[in-house]
Amino acid sequence: MNNRIQKLFAEKQQGLLSVYFTAGYPNLNDTVPIILELEKNGVDLIEVGMPFSDPLADGPTIQQSSEIAIRNGMTIPLLFEQLKDIREKTQIPLVLMGYLNPVMQYGVERFCKKASEIGIDGIILPDLPLSDYVREYKELFEQYNLSKVFLVTPQTPEQRIREIDAQSNGFVYMVSSASTTGSTSGKSVENTGYFERLAGLELRNPRMIGFGIHDKETFQRACNHSRGAIIGSAFIKALAKEGSLQENIRTFVQSLRN
Amino acid sequence: MKFTVDDYGFYGKFGGAYIPEMLYPNVEELRQNYLKIMQEPDFQEEFQSLLKDYVGRPTPLYFAKRLSEKYNTKIYLKREDLNHTGAHKINNTVGQILLAKRLGKTRIIAETGAGQHGVATATVCALMGIECVVYMGEVDIKRQAPNVARMKMLGASVVPATSGSKTLKDATNEAIRDWINNPENTYYIIGSVVGPHPYPDMVARFQSVISEEMMAQLQEKEGRDYPDYVVACVGGGSNAAGAFYHYLDRPEVKLVAVEAAGLGVDSGESAATSVLGKEGIIHGSRTLLMQTEDGQVTEPYSISAGLDYPGVGPLHAHLFDTKRAIFESVTDEEALQAVLELTRLEGIIPALETAHALAAVGRLGAKPDDVVVVNLSGRGDKDLATYLERFHFDE
Repeated sequence: MNNRIQKLFAEKQQGLLSVYFTAGYPNLNDTVPIILELEKNGVDLIEVGMPFSDPLADGPTIQQSSEIAIRNGMTIPLLFEQLKDIREKTQIPLVLMGYLNPVMQYGVERFCKKASEIGIDGIILPDLPLSDYVREYKELFEQYNLSKVFLVTPQTPEQRIREIDAQSNGFVYMVSSASTTGSTSGKSVENTGYFERLAGLELRNPRMIGFGIHDKETFQRACNHSRGAIIGSAFIKALAKEGSLQENIRTFVQSLRN
Repeated sequence: MKFTVDDYGFYGKFGGAYIPEMLYPNVEELRQNYLKIMQEPDFQEEFQSLLKDYVGRPTPLYFAKRLSEKYNTKIYLKREDLNHTGAHKINNTVGQILLAKRLGKTRIIAETGAGQHGVATATVCALMGIECVVYMGEVDIKRQAPNVARMKMLGASVVPATSGSKTLKDATNEAIRDWINNPENTYYIIGSVVGPHPYPDMVARFQSVISEEMMAQLQEKEGRDYPDYVVACVGGGSNAAGAFYHYLDRPEVKLVAVEAAGLGVDSGESAATSVLGKEGIIHGSRTLLMQTEDGQVTEPYSISAGLDYPGVGPLHAHLFDTKRAIFESVTDEEALQAVLELTRLEGIIPALETAHALAAVGRLGAKPDDVVVVNLSGRGDKDLATYLERFHFDE
């Protein structure tokens, strides 16, 4: 498999910044402007969230952005429509992230085919179990050159981490602590024992840390233990501020790296 | 046809464990241990002894003479309403709390709709001296006030779920998120045959005492261990799973699952999942689910908080799919009439959930010699405010 995600990790060794946003939030047609503005400000990878009514792994911020996005009219067919010419505008690696049910209703094969045609590089579906993926969908994802990214947590046993590493490609998404998204309780990037344990496993996939990363300090700390970090809820909050999309995005990304 | 769960946690094409990785270690721990623990002699001894002396089992199988005369068939009521805390829910919470203790867990969480499962959980937590947190939709907190008060009195924290429709679905989401945030010390007592494998199978096994007793009681009263019909209401479906369990492989027994039609199946205000749902994923399980074309879960409606759920347990989805069970749906109005009917004919005030099962009896086409068992899953104390408001006894 060779797509923009593999290329990114081959070219850039550290300090990678991946940003998540919910498609359809704050406004229905913000999807493409947000992607382009994130790229302009030096973000390395973008996770486009497909909103779901019952996002079990998400905290209040992404629950609310999802609810608003659905109310605004966001659907998978509409998202594909918005993204259909995205590769004429940017080559930044793009990952679609969401829950299994909406993808199932769209049709998994149809979904993979369409995503691949548009130039999507990877998929994250937190509630698609590894065993089901391997049994039913792995061949499909590989056929369409889509990286399938899985999560691991501080509670994931080593044997399972190795299995996840062997069956997936792109990167391993390390959930920083036992929590839903958007937790800023402080415990998020402190579990250095867990980070070092994973570093010691010498996985074939690069590692990114997400959940609870929300400012320069937590971003730096995550980068010290992995190839980079993923930020979602904190970015969604930044989008909700007064001012233009461009300004909010610029201010937020700069606050992490400067 | 096979109606028990397979090695992967599926009933036919329904079931499984569609959970985020954060829940995997806990669910896997449970999957590997539940059958082993449930079969241990000291577990069984403690469980059976609590069912007998604490819950008050066996519950009677009562021949409802006047109701039988009205419908011209032989109707028995399986009196789960006479259990401690007033419903079948406690059969399962007694089992799961013993399991949680053996897994070394020190904090219990639960979701509740009508509050019966919340009360049953708070009760066993008080009994065992374990911390208890119950998630309940904000809407349900308002319409089931007596049960909220009982949970608080028992020492549980009741946390309102304020997302989505603010009912059972959302309370379940919040309980699952709590578990993600507290993976080490916490055990989640799910109240119905829903959720990721092994929950549907485990809860069905704990509730199967209902049909186990029925067999012995029918043998004594009718000279055969099975009825012609077993009728039960279905939200998630735990009382139905328990009442059907030992008859699943007995085709001579017609299984009747009664869903809440709300204001009517076509009204847009309904919770009749088998009619309105299609295959999807909810709360970690592949099952029938009420949803939009785009796969967003829709808000169900029923006057009964315990049936107000957009999914149904995977066992029931399989029973529907294979036509092993007959699915009926009953409106708010029909259920209310059935409440009054049972109250005036037999002197038993049933819960709103249970009334849905009662309301379906007249449609079965049962013959005078047929034996019909209705699982009287709960009593109506918690619904008195609704009954007084709807029946206008003072006018």
